[in-house]
Amino acid sequence: MGQAMTTPSLETRDLTIRFGGHAAVNNVSCAFNPGELTVIVGPNGAGKTTYFNLISGQLTPTAGSVLKSGKDISSLSPSARAKAGLGRAFQLTNLFPRLSVLENIRLAVQARRGFGPRLFARAASFTELGDRAMEHLKAARLEHVAALPAAALPHGDQRKLEVAMLLAMEPDIFMFDEPTAGMSVDEAPVILELIEAIKADSGKTVLLVEHKMDVVRALADRIVVLHNGELVADGAPEEVIALPIVREIYLGIPAEDAA
Amino acid sequence: MTDTAIPSNPPADRARTGRMIVYGVAGLIGLALMFAPFLFPDVRSGQVAARICIFIVLAASYDLLIGYTGIVSFAHTMFFGLGAYGVAMALKGMGATWGAIALGGSAGVLAAIVLAVLIGVLSLRVKAIFFAMVTLAAASVMAVLASQLSDFTGGEDGIVYSAPKLFSPATKLLTTDDGKVAKLLGVSMNGKIAAYYFVFLSCLALFYVLNRIVRSPLGTVLEAIRENDLRAEAIGYRVVAYRTSVFVIAAVIAALAGAVWAVWLRYTGPETTFSFAIMIDILLMVVIGGMGTMVGAVIGVVIMNLAQFYLKDLMGAAAEATSAVPVLPQLLDPDRWLLWLGLLFILLVYFFPAGIAGTLMKKGSH
Ligand SMILES: Nc1ncnc2c1ncn2[C@@H]1O[C@H](COP(=O)(O)OP(=O)(O)OP(=O)(O)O)[C@@H](O)[C@H]1O
Ligand SMILES: [Mg+2]
Repeated sequence: MGQAMTTPSLETRDLTIRFGGHAAVNNVSCAFNPGELTVIVGPNGAGKTTYFNLISGQLTPTAGSVLKSGKDISSLSPSARAKAGLGRAFQLTNLFPRLSVLENIRLAVQARRGFGPRLFARAASFTELGDRAMEHLKAARLEHVAALPAAALPHGDQRKLEVAMLLAMEPDIFMFDEPTAGMSVDEAPVILELIEAIKADSGKTVLLVEHKMDVVRALADRIVVLHNGELVADGAPEEVIALPIVREIYLGIPAEDAA
Repeated sequence: MTDTAIPSNPPADRARTGRMIVYGVAGLIGLALMFAPFLFPDVRSGQVAARICIFIVLAASYDLLIGYTGIVSFAHTMFFGLGAYGVAMALKGMGATWGAIALGGSAGVLAAIVLAVLIGVLSLRVKAIFFAMVTLAAASVMAVLASQLSDFTGGEDGIVYSAPKLFSPATKLLTTDDGKVAKLLGVSMNGKIAAYYFVFLSCLALFYVLNRIVRSPLGTVLEAIRENDLRAEAIGYRVVAYRTSVFVIAAVIAALAGAVWAVWLRYTGPETTFSFAIMIDILLMVVIGGMGTMVGAVIGVVIMNLAQFYLKDLMGAAAEATSAVPVLPQLLDPDRWLLWLGLLFILLVYFFPAGIAGTLMKKGSH
């Protein structure tokens, strides 16, 4: 956490959203720094996905603001935030079902890099975009299904594609929402490797929602706990995991037992 | 392709064969249209060939909206009509000059752009059904305006005018030594030939532009928006801007097709442009051909036009041939042609659920 003097790469101030009377995210103020991987934990319905939706612009907050590198981006559209380097993957796989796997990835590369003035040239002639897309495809071990429509992939490969699309956006802030959910034991490591590779780059900021404790322990530089829409704990992994409130709300162990 | 030693993948093979059939048929249609004046020299066939050219552009530009981008619009004939009326009013008012076509065509295209931008910006960000209603309303208002402002538009009667001299049947493109119009392969080289090739080449150019668009990176973005607009926005595409742009592009192409149509027909009226029946025809042509395929437009348009123009003749002949048989002649009476057309649609939709080109090329599992 240390770098208190530098501007955080991402910050939320008093971020709040109410659905009817229910505050799904309530006054969450939190800052994230480059080179830091923050795992966000919390029970089902805690507001983790909603928090992501507020940051990436899919939802408009009732109150509060989102800052990227000190600049208020609260009024930007999701596409403008993506263009500004804020990338996210989705908890529920969210692909272009009838387009090929390669096209899915190329769209993400192209969104970031643009296709410039050659608007009407053949898509296949953009070799640089194609090459970059191919690299991301290989990194996610999807080259054997490159030409298949995304909808035809098994669940595990769809999750990989979901993550590959985020990497292909080449953002400086990565938000993963339970990337390994529903994946088999032998598939998940690919995803973890990819996340580790991003973590190795000190310029990148990573937010990761994850339930699996072994993954959390392996990757987290810091853990933030959400509960009922509120930020209830924030700190180094071993400290946070040891907190009674975390053991109670997250691991389901009553506080008195844990204490 | 079936008995090769290489282990083959049957669905992929079938898709490849299907693609060959579809492009083969489309190529043949293209050749037939290119040589239509020589292959089918009678007046009625010439009319059908020109109509097919125009409608291929109309249907393909509509496919850009509904098939590629997932935008449902009922205003396509409105843009078509704007182009046609622009040219018609200019040719009527300024006389049969190329300047009138250029000016009227530009005015029509400009009006189409302004309206498309307005409709797009105001309503493409809301629900698709609302957008469809807005286009329906706009198209209805425009049709009413065309028939009410009869001082300018000729009302229900429309406008009759002349095309530039080059296109007049009396014009001799080639002459023999004694000054008569020359014949090539038995066809008189008069202004009608020039008019047909004006239509054919304009439509070919517009169809080419549409194909370039869908094969470009822009085309892939449009498909992404159709497939999942929220994800397209999330990875950085301004969905509303793309939707509005493609709506404007389709409107411009429809207006240009209308301008060419007006030059060919030398008559423009509500029935030939703004009519809702034409809108439905275009929709059916795209559905029959295969949404999101471009080439499907060619096939859909040809089937619809041949059915509309020749089914009656065919049935008349069939009724005569079967006159000795009971019941059949009554069923085949040319007055029942709509019944048979309906039957044809049902069969097509049943056997080709994704349209002819779409089903044969197995779009979506390529
Ligand atoms: N669009 C919405 N409208 C109404 N309520 C919503 C909406 N989105 C989320 N909620 C509610 O907000 C709360 C937080 O949901 P959220 O999906 O953010 O939880 P989560 O922490 O991601 O849970 P999980 O671990 O199950 O993914 C839930 O009670 C949910 O029902
Ligand atoms: Mg969630």
